[in-house]
Amino acid sequence: MRPAWSVILLTTLIGAGQGLFLALFAADAYDAARGQASLAPVFVAVSVAASLVLVGGGLLASFFHLGHPERAWRSAAMWRTSWLSREVIALPLFMVLVAAYGALHWMSRLQDALVAGGLAALACIALFVCTGMIYACLKFLQEWHSPLTVVNFILLGSASGLTAAAALAAWLHPDLARPYTAAALIVGALGYLTRLASLVRNARLRPKSTLATAIGIKHPKIVQIAQGAMGGSFNTREFFHGRPREVVRAVRWTFLALVFPLPALLLFAAGSSVWALGAAFLIQYAGLLAERWYFFAEAKHPQNLYYQAIS
Amino acid sequence: MTQLALVIDLNVCVGCHACVTSCKQWNTSGEAGYLSDDNPYGKDPTGTFFNRVQTFEVGEFPKTETVHFPKSCLHCEDPPCVPVCPTGASYKRAEDGIVLVDYDKCIGCNYCSWACPYGAREIDEHQKVMKKCTLCVDRIYDTKLPEADRKPACVMACPTSARLFGDIHDPDAEVSRAIRDNGGYALMPEWGTQPANHYLPRRKTTAEIHPDELTRQDNPLKVDGLLPRPASSEPALDDVTSW
Repeated sequence: MRPAWSVILLTTLIGAGQGLFLALFAADAYDAARGQASLAPVFVAVSVAASLVLVGGGLLASFFHLGHPERAWRSAAMWRTSWLSREVIALPLFMVLVAAYGALHWMSRLQDALVAGGLAALACIALFVCTGMIYACLKFLQEWHSPLTVVNFILLGSASGLTAAAALAAWLHPDLARPYTAAALIVGALGYLTRLASLVRNARLRPKSTLATAIGIKHPKIVQIAQGAMGGSFNTREFFHGRPREVVRAVRWTFLALVFPLPALLLFAAGSSVWALGAAFLIQYAGLLAERWYFFAEAKHPQNLYYQAIS
Repeated sequence: MTQLALVIDLNVCVGCHACVTSCKQWNTSGEAGYLSDDNPYGKDPTGTFFNRVQTFEVGEFPKTETVHFPKSCLHCEDPPCVPVCPTGASYKRAEDGIVLVDYDKCIGCNYCSWACPYGAREIDEHQKVMKKCTLCVDRIYDTKLPEADRKPACVMACPTSARLFGDIHDPDAEVSRAIRDNGGYALMPEWGTQPANHYLPRRKTTAEIHPDELTRQDNPLKVDGLLPRPASSEPALDDVTSW
């Protein structure tokens, strides 16, 4: 598949925004469970704002994927069957609930804020599942059709959000910097492992469709002579990344280094340095961009069997 | 229930692309709007097509065979492209099973094209909506046309009648008989999409000659020529022909 920047930005930005909110709400809920109200209001406000900016940025990026963004409102219609439609509902719902949580917290209505935050956390998990299922539900994209896709979206998004939370906490709420750093390391390691698991899984995949089933002729040796178009078509542009194998491999090694090992080193060494933690977030986010690019480039669509040779 | 479909006979298709040009002509002239082209007469021409004829070579020289393979939307009975559409622009008609796109509802998100294993959908790069074969839905029901012309443009154009059109749920229809009698098959059956369009396989007309057909069984001595004429006094089967 051709990696589309709009979708790469959408999935990585909302993942980070969702993770940041979950990190914040987890701290708040833990706080409340101990009967305390120790979270600095500025930290909560800035974290909520940052989460909304990240998710909103992702939403904005998604519009660039559409041919007719002015009709985007229509896409909430088919929530009974379409995971994309469900995501379109869950995303604004999550943003509204997070905004309500932030507003209630700012007004010191902490009990109401907890309720709103709990609902936002549910919407957040629903949104993670919807985003992952958009890809995981396409059964003939075998690289994506796995529970690991959803798990990776959840864990990697949460990891980047926790790293962001650690950086924000180091700046505005230093007590939380260390717990967030530890959580970012644990969740990041888990996400790294599940992502490695999906790499291993995908390397062992055998394509179910072959040219023999594509054109229905039982013969092991079939080559395409012509695809019916000389200058390419939508089918040759949308479903091929068009990069040499070396580039794809380089992107894979890049994301394998940037998604966890490098940020983990920084997280270990950072202590509560805002700059080091901020750098860890940026590096991890860059790694996630590469990871998502590779996620798309790695998927081999069966329609490509019909587009092997121009003429 | 009706399921309109094409049945394409690969044994007959000569790869002339008449169905492609006829399809393009009809569907770029309809009230649903044109099908975009870029550089149609220049370098790297590209554009939106509902139908393409591809060519494959099967086997290895000298035992090769060229197969021309027309490919369009297969109007699957369980179309994976329809449930994924977030707006409901992509739908399958209950009355005749045609899978269609409502161009006024499509947001151009490309998701349905990802969900089609056959690559049957193409975005119109200028109108920014997803397009695909409509089985000439604006033609097959047009009562202003003579009855014989109420067929998809590709079927009308095919000079070798490699394309049949009809209701594959009607067991007596020509298409159903063709599928039944001539080994019609569906593409990529492994995904369970149940394509309505079927393909008829290449069929070879072969004659097998057994060794005993090359020798006369009534001539064990391998002596050719006139048989010895029996004497007229010898008994005959019918008093005319001798043994």
